[in-house]
Amino acid sequence: MTAKAHPRTWSRPPLIQRTWLRWSLYGGALIYLALATASVEVNWLRVWEGLDRGLRFVQGFLVPDFTSRWGDILQGMEESLTMTVTATVVGVLISVPIGIGAARNIAPLPIYAVCRAIVALSRSFQEIIVAILFVAMFGFGPFAGFLTLSFATIGFLAKLLAEDIEDIDESQVEAIRATGAGWWQVVAYGIQPQVMPRLIGLSLYRLDINFRESAVIGIVGAGGIGATLNTAMDRYEYDSAAAILILIILIVMAAEYLSGFVRKWVQ
Amino acid sequence: MATQTFQRTWRRRSTRRELALWFGWLLLVALFVFCWQVMTENTIWMFVTDAPRQAADIGSRMFPPRWEYIPALLEPLWDTLNIATLGTLLALFMAVPVAFLAARNTTPSVRFVRPVALLIIVASRSINSLIWALLLVAVIGPGVLAGIVAIAFRSIGFVAKLLYEAIEEIDESQVEAISATGASKAQVMDYAVAPQILPAFAGITVFRWDINIRESTVLGLVGAGGLGLRLQESLNVLAWPQVTVIFILILITVLVSEWVSAKVRHAII
Amino acid sequence: MLRLNDLSKVYATGDRALTDVSLTVEPGQVVGLIGPSGAGKSTLIRCINRLVEPTSGQVFLGDMEITGLGRGALRQARRRIGMIFQEYALVERLTVMENVLSGRLGYVGFWRSFFRKFPPEAVENAFRLLDRVGLSDHVNKRADALSGGQRQRVGIARALEQDPDLLLIDEPTASLDPKTSRQIMRLIVEICDERGLPAIINIHDVALAQQFVQRVIGLQAGRIVFDGRPDALTPDVLTQIYGEEDWSATIRKADEDGDEAEDELGNEGDHHGAASVDRERLAGLT
Repeated sequence: MTAKAHPRTWSRPPLIQRTWLRWSLYGGALIYLALATASVEVNWLRVWEGLDRGLRFVQGFLVPDFTSRWGDILQGMEESLTMTVTATVVGVLISVPIGIGAARNIAPLPIYAVCRAIVALSRSFQEIIVAILFVAMFGFGPFAGFLTLSFATIGFLAKLLAEDIEDIDESQVEAIRATGAGWWQVVAYGIQPQVMPRLIGLSLYRLDINFRESAVIGIVGAGGIGATLNTAMDRYEYDSAAAILILIILIVMAAEYLSGFVRKWVQ
Repeated sequence: MATQTFQRTWRRRSTRRELALWFGWLLLVALFVFCWQVMTENTIWMFVTDAPRQAADIGSRMFPPRWEYIPALLEPLWDTLNIATLGTLLALFMAVPVAFLAARNTTPSVRFVRPVALLIIVASRSINSLIWALLLVAVIGPGVLAGIVAIAFRSIGFVAKLLYEAIEEIDESQVEAISATGASKAQVMDYAVAPQILPAFAGITVFRWDINIRESTVLGLVGAGGLGLRLQESLNVLAWPQVTVIFILILITVLVSEWVSAKVRHAII
Repeated sequence: MLRLNDLSKVYATGDRALTDVSLTVEPGQVVGLIGPSGAGKSTLIRCINRLVEPTSGQVFLGDMEITGLGRGALRQARRRIGMIFQEYALVERLTVMENVLSGRLGYVGFWRSFFRKFPPEAVENAFRLLDRVGLSDHVNKRADALSGGQRQRVGIARALEQDPDLLLIDEPTASLDPKTSRQIMRLIVEICDERGLPAIINIHDVALAQQFVQRVIGLQAGRIVFDGRPDALTPDVLTQIYGEEDWSATIRKADEDGDEAEDELGNEGDHHGAASVDRERLAGLT
């Protein structure tokens, strides 16, 4: 056996093979980071002063004040919860036909185009921007919030539903079609059973999202707990604000737990 | 005989299930009607019926857009990008340790440390970035920094949740093999755990960055810098043509970031 | 030299995996460990380097009692014990070279290993080993780009990179086709012979065991029921280990795969075993 000479060093082959590309990417990233951090203006004096408030906030979390603004909190929660429920129900009801229309495998092209456009429109605008417009049109209060959340639900749910329908098992649909069923019967017998469990799961997930969003759109006047929170912050009542945040967290946790339970039950 | 018994049982179960189902739907309808009534208690229907006129009015005021406003938006746009990017980076630094503490197979203590990590995740996830911004503007003052920290705080939970689920799904035999060579715990992390979760980590990061771009466009509404600041100013003076320009710019930014993130994710997978 | 003294393992679920196992493996001896699924083969091998913590009994490697070691000392001891796995257990997203070098992790500090700056001797040795197992052309490939047989060769090189005093080999051929299985077994036996390495090989394929090892130990329900030369494996002995079956074909024909016998035998026990092993593995990480 001849003793072969083996290399004594080894280094891992780089992720990006081309040297110039690798270094220009690294360099570019570094320059961007430097420029970005440099352009962040920080008033350190203000931050220093603010630390005191931050401390009061932490104290607020440790000793939250539920009582002094309880009436406002109750009212805000009531608005948030009711608009969450109504908006989710209405949103789901509207997104089912739109979702079906946005599925290429069962919808004719003109309907497909219209439904996809609605989905794109709903998805590209943030809830908060939609809320600003709706508040301007319908006045302050939870009704504008309800409309905002319904609108947002459509984009979310219709898109996912359409993707689900496009992914279904074609053979089942074909089998139904082969029996001579009409379009409605195909939807009812070939498609509905396949996507129903996921539709329920997604609706519950959206319920959760809608509640979280309902806490935000109040900031621009669309009612709900966000408005109460905003007021508490404006009045520097950090212990009340902390109480509201704790309630939000608890409700989100409860909703997640509950939806997990229901999803298990459905399947 | 046996067949008959089977059929009877099946029918009874079916009927009971059917009843339960109908009852469930009925409950849902009742809940909806109740919620609707509570919600619309204070609604002034005159405003609602007036909405189409209002919409037409706003619509007519929004056009034509005031394109000369664009130069004034370039700096806020740069700020918005920075808020999203730096916020995402900051979140990663905090989310990675939280994820390792929350994953069942890497946490130092399932009973004590894991619940704390999970609490951090749920608290971060429950509170929208706009609310985080609201708090942070009050604490550290208005500006880009509050926006960055708000985005970071909101993203911790999101990134840590998806990451710890990825960690829990790793192939334990690779971990076992590296441990068997006499490697230290840190080395096992580096050689057996990290390579397995890296693709998921990169995907989650880009995905969250895309969401953060969307969210950072409106953080200025509460004073946390970026495009939202100009939006707030324009809304306050009812300068609708400027609002239109801002909306269009936000739309373009969002579409571009979505495109970028889809490209990058595609390249990773 | 490896010596086990009354080794027992009871899992937290109450399953008795091993009962009073005592055996000695001489230097240079390759031992085949056979037995039905759930007999405790995997547990036995993992108790030796304490990937699974034995409940009672002692393990001696040379003069060192492995069972009595603390965390740091156990790491030092593990460096001396190479292990080869059933599903290769390579880190799939790392390169072949990194996988082989990972055998050296017990010898280098964290930062050196983090920057992949292993000592020149270790790198040279890794290249030599890859040459020996016939993978010189695949050094920079990712492990998941290799075929099953190639992956197991990387697994062998990783274990040898540790420069071990003992090899623990867990079902090395279970995921391989009959031809590759024989190549891998031959490679293992040759290497053990070259280096005078003692090895314990878990193997469910009786014919394969008979063909390659010098000594066979039969395990049944956590106890040793046979220990002797491979040609002493008579139908009676196999019945004692595995249960009643027509064994004539298994003993005569060399390319018969043991899979059929495997499926029929005590699968239930294996499920319990696997679940418990998983829990143990997780505990090992924390």
